[in-house]
Amino acid sequence: MWDYSETVKEYYTNPKNVGSIEDADAIGEAGALACGDALKLYLKIKDGVITDAKFQTFGCGSAVASSSMLTEMIIGKPLKEVEKITNKDIIERLGGLPPEKIHCSVMGREALEDALNNYYGYKIGEKSTDKIICNCFSVTENVIKEAVEQGAKTVKEITDLTYAGGACGRCKENIQKIIDSILGPKKINKEELTPVQFALKVNSILEKEIAPQLALDNGGLELVDIEGKNIYIKLKGTCESCPNAKSTVKNFIEKKLKELIDDEINVIEG
Amino acid sequence: MNDNKNIIYLDNNATTMVDKKVVEAMIPYFTNEFGNPSSIYELAHEAHNALENSREVIKEFFGANDTREIIFTSCGTESANAAIRGVIEANPNKRHIITTKVEHPCVLNTFKDYEEKGYRVDYLNVDENGELLIDELKTLVDDDTALVAIMAANNETGAIYPYEEAAEIVKSINPNTKVFIDAVQAAGKIKLDVKNTKVDLMGISGHKFHAPKGVGAMYIKKGTIIKPYMTGGHQERALRGGTENVPYIVGMAKAAELAMNALEFENKTVKELRDRLEEGILENVKNAKLNSRTKMRVPNTTNIGFEYIEGELILLHLDKLGICASSGSACTSGSLEPSHVLRAMKTPFTSLHGSIRFSLSRYTTKEEIDFVVQNMPIVIKKLAKISPFQKELAGILGE
Repeated sequence: MWDYSETVKEYYTNPKNVGSIEDADAIGEAGALACGDALKLYLKIKDGVITDAKFQTFGCGSAVASSSMLTEMIIGKPLKEVEKITNKDIIERLGGLPPEKIHCSVMGREALEDALNNYYGYKIGEKSTDKIICNCFSVTENVIKEAVEQGAKTVKEITDLTYAGGACGRCKENIQKIIDSILGPKKINKEELTPVQFALKVNSILEKEIAPQLALDNGGLELVDIEGKNIYIKLKGTCESCPNAKSTVKNFIEKKLKELIDDEINVIEG
Repeated sequence: MNDNKNIIYLDNNATTMVDKKVVEAMIPYFTNEFGNPSSIYELAHEAHNALENSREVIKEFFGANDTREIIFTSCGTESANAAIRGVIEANPNKRHIITTKVEHPCVLNTFKDYEEKGYRVDYLNVDENGELLIDELKTLVDDDTALVAIMAANNETGAIYPYEEAAEIVKSINPNTKVFIDAVQAAGKIKLDVKNTKVDLMGISGHKFHAPKGVGAMYIKKGTIIKPYMTGGHQERALRGGTENVPYIVGMAKAAELAMNALEFENKTVKELRDRLEEGILENVKNAKLNSRTKMRVPNTTNIGFEYIEGELILLHLDKLGICASSGSACTSGSLEPSHVLRAMKTPFTSLHGSIRFSLSRYTTKEEIDFVVQNMPIVIKKLAKISPFQKELAGILGE
């Protein structure tokens, strides 16, 4: 059970400003049905001041409370002040949100930004160069880049840090592209393997991809040992006495394993 | 009806109220009869007898042949771990295991653990009604298959899976493959008759049938070899070390006895109440969709999706009325992912996030059900007004 504040409980039980405004001056949206969270915000604006605001939310208790609180916070306020409202301000007014529910307040902020962008007809502030990657949790490209700079290497790690990709998952591919653009594609395309999985994979490639090739020349090989990324093998048959053995090991076997598993692999014969 | 008059408890697949007769049966074993069943003196005899009498009752509950096939554990999760890990570790040369996409996390995450260790793992699918596609076993079981784990009934939809038939298929392909059945949601709701099946291991949990939390049991067919995943003393034929939790085991046996006597009541009266609730809601709430339409369901469970309204919000508003139920929505669990069971059933997104599970017990009354049926349309109408999907909801909002 969530530990919701009394204010949150009050706002999801009897939310204020529910509904739509037919002649709204600006409408903002965030989230999507598939993600389990969707918000629509309607604004009436006169002389640079928000005179009325209404919302419709598909979401949990804290999503409804965040949306409703946001409308309370902006009615009667000049746009200049409204632009500065962050999701943290919403959380503060709600008396806090459980950590798993922070994204609900982010969605409120996101719908507000969308409404203001639509009203001005352009993107406001410095965020104009930023792009939303994860629509479910309104996570922008800059936030993901920051997470990568802080050490996240995989999509899963990005999700753990930022929630991006945690709901419908449709942005996972784009998150991977951002990671690749910073770290380069080679490292992350390979899955992270446990030592056992690594050993099984090496063995399977040696058996299925490499041994049949060597067999064409009546050669063969045997996996002797694996120590970290060092793979010890023994050449057999004609390969054993082949003058090109060294080249076979490095240019064929090692190259293949690097390509298919990990480019830090080192194949040692003997 | 429980004594807490303000509560209508329809979440009995999560846990149940402990029956007062169960509490009474347990009490002596905390105080006067506190002895260790393994000790030699007179005081311990009563504890030992209570333990063995309980084993006899639980043997009947499983429908097993022999009391030596019954091992007491601490819960359903322990039973599943002991069975799955026990079989796999006892067959180190076999590297393939099979389960379903809709298991409880205690099975699913144990399988994930072995998948990470490099095991080959296959997951059976379900169809849109929530029925398990056991025919898939015919192409999946091979010489390398150590174990197949299938639940007897699904906790979220209540769907009963034909596990006896599944066990037949498995054994016809590979007689050495072991079959584990998670019967946690079936125990006390449908009759178990394990001796007449090809099942090797089965697990149950006390608190799902009016015993306290913290006690469970495992059936292990005579001749089945497992490696105990917990090492310890000689208790439970050295398969589960640790001094036996006598009062809780006595409580579980009492609960099992009551459950066996109530089976007919469950399958008639409780089922009628469940159907009354289900039909009442589907009739009066226009955006309500039944998630598992299979005829083969445990008598106490229904899972209903409310389109365009989020599940946690529904639960919070039901809670205001004293109604306890649960939801497969992502928001409720905080996991960010909606129910893996409904996802596997390909439940549409329109109702996936608004799915509510109601699970009754033999204490549920007609008055309680009628109260829920009466209030559900009011709650949904109120919440529909908040939804941004007004066009889609126009039908139910129309006044």
